[in-house]
Amino acid sequence: MPVTNHESVSIESNDDIVRVRQRVRDAAVGLGFSLVDQTKLVTAASELARNTLVYGLGGTLSIETLVVERRQGLRLTFEDQGPGIADVPRALTDGYTTGTGLGLGLSGARRLSQEFEISSRPGEGTRVMIARWK
Amino acid sequence: MDRIPILKMGHSLLVSIQVDMHDRLALTLQDDLTQKIVATRARGVLIDISSLEVVDSFIGRMLVNIAAMARVLDAKTVVVGMRPAVAITLVELGLSLTGVRTALNVELGMRLISDADKSEQGAGHEP
Repeated sequence: MPVTNHESVSIESNDDIVRVRQRVRDAAVGLGFSLVDQTKLVTAASELARNTLVYGLGGTLSIETLVVERRQGLRLTFEDQGPGIADVPRALTDGYTTGTGLGLGLSGARRLSQEFEISSRPGEGTRVMIARWK
Repeated sequence: MDRIPILKMGHSLLVSIQVDMHDRLALTLQDDLTQKIVATRARGVLIDISSLEVVDSFIGRMLVNIAAMARVLDAKTVVVGMRPAVAITLVELGLSLTGVRTALNVELGMRLISDADKSEQGAGHEP
């Protein structure tokens, strides 16, 4: 898939979650997404960035602009080298959390995205990819 | 450290969130408001989120917590000014803001608070 633009944001602190929201907003505005689609993308990114920080103990987001034929899309990939998720299907269940949150981060981010992929290995880390097309 | 200002207006507290809050700032606001409700004996809390472009599950939980704490302290919370795109996204995210009263703007929100206060006072005067 042709990637026309790529940038990376590190997620190591609370302020970085705010930075992720701003960078994803800028990218979504740049691609001309509608206001509702921008808001969905930014909200999903905020949830996943917090997961990367809190559960993954920090990591990175890569923001990619994609072009397939004439369609443009935005792909966000969150990666960490944290403890990983032992039971991925369970982690995708509404209300399930091993922390103190509402348990809506992963499941909510999946609902807000057109494409969603997660891979995780205990002890090695987690990678979550979401994408939205115009 | 940053803080969101809390204004007192009559028997109500007024908060207008104008910045993209990081998580710690949201928690500070929750604590500050709870203390201020007691200190000022406020009967209502009005939170204006019309400047917020995003309400994720963390901020949503903060709003739910503030409403719950205020209720326990005998104050009513109204969240006003939610943007349409934020409302659509919140519902899809799976967050229903249980227990949080909402109004479209500050004026309608203030009316909700003062009506509730009046009807309570009225009920108290009945023989």
